[in-house]
Amino acid sequence: MPGLNNQDGDDSRATAAVVARQSYGRLVAFLSARTRDVAAAEDALSEAFAAALTVWPETGIPLKPEAWLLTVAKRKQIDQNRRQASDDGAHLQLGMIAEIMAQARPNDPAISDERLALMFACAHPAIDQRLHAPLILQTVLGFDAATIASAFLVSPATMAQRLVRAKAKIKLAGISLRLPDRDELPLRLDGVLQAIYAAYARGWSDPGGGPELATEAIWLCSLVADFFPKSAEALGLLALMLHGEARRPARRSGGVYVPLSEQDTGAWQSDMIEQAEEHLWRAGRLGTIGRFQIEAAIQSVHAARRNTGRTDWAAILQFYDVLATMVASPVVAVNRAVAIGEVHGSSHGLAALDQIARGNKSLADYQPYWAARAELLARDGRDAEAADAFDRAIGLECDPALRSYLRARRTRCPCD
Amino acid sequence: MQYLLMIYGNEADSKTASKEDNERMYAAYGAYTQAMKAAGVMVGADRLQPSATASTVRVRKDKTEVLDGPYAETKEQLAGYYLVEVPDLDAALVWAARCPGAQHGTIEVRPVWSM
Repeated sequence: MPGLNNQDGDDSRATAAVVARQSYGRLVAFLSARTRDVAAAEDALSEAFAAALTVWPETGIPLKPEAWLLTVAKRKQIDQNRRQASDDGAHLQLGMIAEIMAQARPNDPAISDERLALMFACAHPAIDQRLHAPLILQTVLGFDAATIASAFLVSPATMAQRLVRAKAKIKLAGISLRLPDRDELPLRLDGVLQAIYAAYARGWSDPGGGPELATEAIWLCSLVADFFPKSAEALGLLALMLHGEARRPARRSGGVYVPLSEQDTGAWQSDMIEQAEEHLWRAGRLGTIGRFQIEAAIQSVHAARRNTGRTDWAAILQFYDVLATMVASPVVAVNRAVAIGEVHGSSHGLAALDQIARGNKSLADYQPYWAARAELLARDGRDAEAADAFDRAIGLECDPALRSYLRARRTRCPCD
Repeated sequence: MQYLLMIYGNEADSKTASKEDNERMYAAYGAYTQAMKAAGVMVGADRLQPSATASTVRVRKDKTEVLDGPYAETKEQLAGYYLVEVPDLDAALVWAARCPGAQHGTIEVRPVWSM
């Protein structure tokens, strides 16, 4: 069947891309751990990496992917050095990298895995927090600035410029590629986990490059969780993302957005749910509670619907009550109001939303607030107000699938 | 690497500080400087006279202009500095956090441009 072959082709292309990114990240991290110069390491490997992304899906993944990348990079390096005979700083830097690359034998234990250290450098508190996730995506995974820019809704030129500046800061300010000490670990780990979650969140809704970003975020988090098996929050985040990813096939039906409560639980990927549950269980045994574990627990309650056929909203509300004391975020507050609406009735949910809206002007352009408000108003029978709120939500949404869902939902309320 | 830790604080506050407060501050800075020397990271350090004593100079079209006052009027003023030699930014940030001035004011940490 041609359809099936096509699927296989997509799969092998995706596998080649994943292996290329992982090998690339390993080499960038290895080189920059020695020079602190992430940009130069990327320069040295960029052409080889680009070649891998085009060649590997055709030829198959080489037996030693890092060896392949290094060999191609060295050849490019020699070309470059020949072209660039003038003795400027950049040349020296690249020359130094060429030297390190000449010494490094691929797949040799000497190429130690420094990717975690690189992630900690990218999510360093001395770097603008908004750049943590973009930097990790570029340096550890090799995403280009244009892809990252579109995921973060910034112009490619702006994103490229910010990334260049951040890499210059890593080098000039002397941010080391090393794992943090035990006493600073919790705080620094939190920065890395938040960056990973930001990358995942960017991959959540966008149907284009979304799935890839989400998969890579999950992979990065499992790298962190493997290295810090005592970090309950790393396990919690992993569980949270796996629960979300498990539902990806059910989130769209024929291109139309399907809200969680209406999803066909049979379309959820049970192997991911089981992995998520296992991670969450392990996290729970470590005895330190945190926001990611609670968010994962909420998703776990939703996931239980596939066995019980119902959603235990009282349990969800309890988790949101705890979460709201830990995280001052409009996302949490709005979701908590929705849970209140489910447990105590729509008028109580609306009262909770009113309370959030008081003194918080930023909600005026926050789509989930208006979508939640519209839903609760519609259930409360306040049709005209519901229609207005749906209009606000529709106007604020950029995902076309979600927009058409909201539009359909609006016409279901008998208001006009 | 060398880093300059620049201590910014509100001069108005320190003018109104009590004698006890001042003594506590001197003691804290004494201990901090001692600890830095013992760790072998201190390259140099100085306290500066208040910003009212500052003059700014610039040469424009071969003409030297001298102005009374600091470069920029800010809420917090540069009060002193430590120059440290440490392996990386994290180490410099740890020393900055230990500075008594960080309790009330702000420490700016800048890598030195090595030639």
